[in-house]
Amino acid sequence: MGIISAAKLAFDYLKLDENGNVESKIRAVDGVDLDVNAGDFIAILGHNGSGKSTLAKHINAILLPSEGTLYVDGKDTQDESKLWEIRQTAGMVFQNPDNQIIGTIVDEDVGFGPENMGVPQQEIWERVEKSLRSVGMWEYRSHSPNKLSGGQKQRVAIAGVVAMRPKCIVLDEPTAMLDPNGRKEVIKTVHELNRTEHVTVILITHYMEEVIDADKVFVMDAGKIVMQGTPHEVFGRVEELKSYRLDVPQATLVTHELREMGFDLRPDILSNEELVEELQKYRAAHEKTK
Amino acid sequence: MSIKIEHLSYVYSSGTVFEQHALKDINLELPDGQFIGIIGHTGSGKSTLIQHLNGLLKATSGTIYYNNDNIYAEGYNMKQLRSKVGLVFQYPEYQLFETDVFTDVCFGPKNLGLEQEEIERRAKDALKLVGLGEEYYKVSPFDLSGGQKRRAAIAGILAMEPEVLVLDEPTAGLDPRGRDEILDQVARLHKERKITVVLVSHSMEDVARYVERIIVMNKGEVMYDDAPRKVFRHYKELEAVGLAAPQEVYLMHELSALGWDVDTDAATAEEAAASIAKCL
Repeated sequence: MGIISAAKLAFDYLKLDENGNVESKIRAVDGVDLDVNAGDFIAILGHNGSGKSTLAKHINAILLPSEGTLYVDGKDTQDESKLWEIRQTAGMVFQNPDNQIIGTIVDEDVGFGPENMGVPQQEIWERVEKSLRSVGMWEYRSHSPNKLSGGQKQRVAIAGVVAMRPKCIVLDEPTAMLDPNGRKEVIKTVHELNRTEHVTVILITHYMEEVIDADKVFVMDAGKIVMQGTPHEVFGRVEELKSYRLDVPQATLVTHELREMGFDLRPDILSNEELVEELQKYRAAHEKTK
Repeated sequence: MSIKIEHLSYVYSSGTVFEQHALKDINLELPDGQFIGIIGHTGSGKSTLIQHLNGLLKATSGTIYYNNDNIYAEGYNMKQLRSKVGLVFQYPEYQLFETDVFTDVCFGPKNLGLEQEEIERRAKDALKLVGLGEEYYKVSPFDLSGGQKRRAAIAGILAMEPEVLVLDEPTAGLDPRGRDEILDQVARLHKERKITVVLVSHSMEDVARYVERIIVMNKGEVMYDDAPRKVFRHYKELEAVGLAAPQEVYLMHELSALGWDVDTDAATAEEAAASIAKCL
């Protein structure tokens, strides 16, 4: 069993009437099986309303399954006595950085988590320093968070989670409100954490470019996992992705257009580099036959 | 009819230690019927600029002419200007407040003091333009999906029947389909109603596909103002100020450096593929 393991996980949002009786049910997550190995970088894609955020909220027990089970590092999320252990195992970063920062000074904000866990003072400051350095924000430690850019704030939010030393970080569209620079900063930071600290990362996004370097990609639609595999395996299926209301990376799109015109290129191209290489090969092969 | 901006400057917190020149000597003309993209990274002054267009912010110095009338002249009818220049803010769905979609969209025209019949005609018209059918009229705006909410909010502005529609990051936070729906509808609106559309964005890919002119803002100044393909020629400079040209531009330049005779101005997947196909 991996660090996160879901079996037939389902979740219903309930609509209650004035007397608290169940009026209607909406199934947001529908029979998801998921197994994530420790140290992996996983991406979950899906359009708005596909159930990906609802799934994410199960991973640190903000929501509990209506049916099925979810184990985080071997602990059942429905076991209330394990709640705090689960939340320390899996930290969450949300979309809007302004909703996650509570301190008036950057280092105080980052220290808030470990302080609540009862970590001794000396160690709190060590953790604050280490996590701020790991996201490249140490030099801003005595700044006020509200003077930072969106990308910087989001990195502080990530540092706040890192300071709690989780084995796993779940990021729910962490770049949706950021500009291109901020997006790059945040994604780079997350990859570095994964590489150097071996933190398991679950990145939820609908920006395809951010997913290219993931170990595995899951696509969700109507609460179900409908596609999974390596980025190359998943993005090669352009028409299928489009049917799930998703984009593909621009280089994949150009390749797809060319293939539609009848050029026999590899379908699983993700980046400009790969496409340039493939085009060079194609042209060389063709010139020989001419 | 047009908007003309002359030597516009705007200073935040003037006279304090936080004084900041958000806009410096902006000169622009936005002629009738253009589809314009304004691009800039966070803090470049793009949102500050558009808030001047309908008089929400008053310039520290400089003038704005709407249809040749100075909007800062004494006695200028600001209320009328605001009905002519419709501004859709970021996350406009936060401004929905009525109990159902139809009533929400009626709010704007109602405040213009129109007849009930005219108000309802405009609301129906606007909702049709954004693709929300009658089945949504009586639905609470809060029960809509993210993309639908945003379209309902845009309909509220369209019901004012503006001559100029300004949208600040209309696709932020939407998924790809939601984004395409909004932008396709805005493009259609531009074509059918011949209104001027100003689209503020930091996504070059979005903008490249739709607009005929791009204004790049940097540090409160206009850095480039040209047709998209011409602006993207400066992709290295754009990168230096925290922006990026569409991925296709990079692809075409890489191929060109390897001796391919491709159109280095191609900025969309279709254009890039067509140009590469010619070389194969």
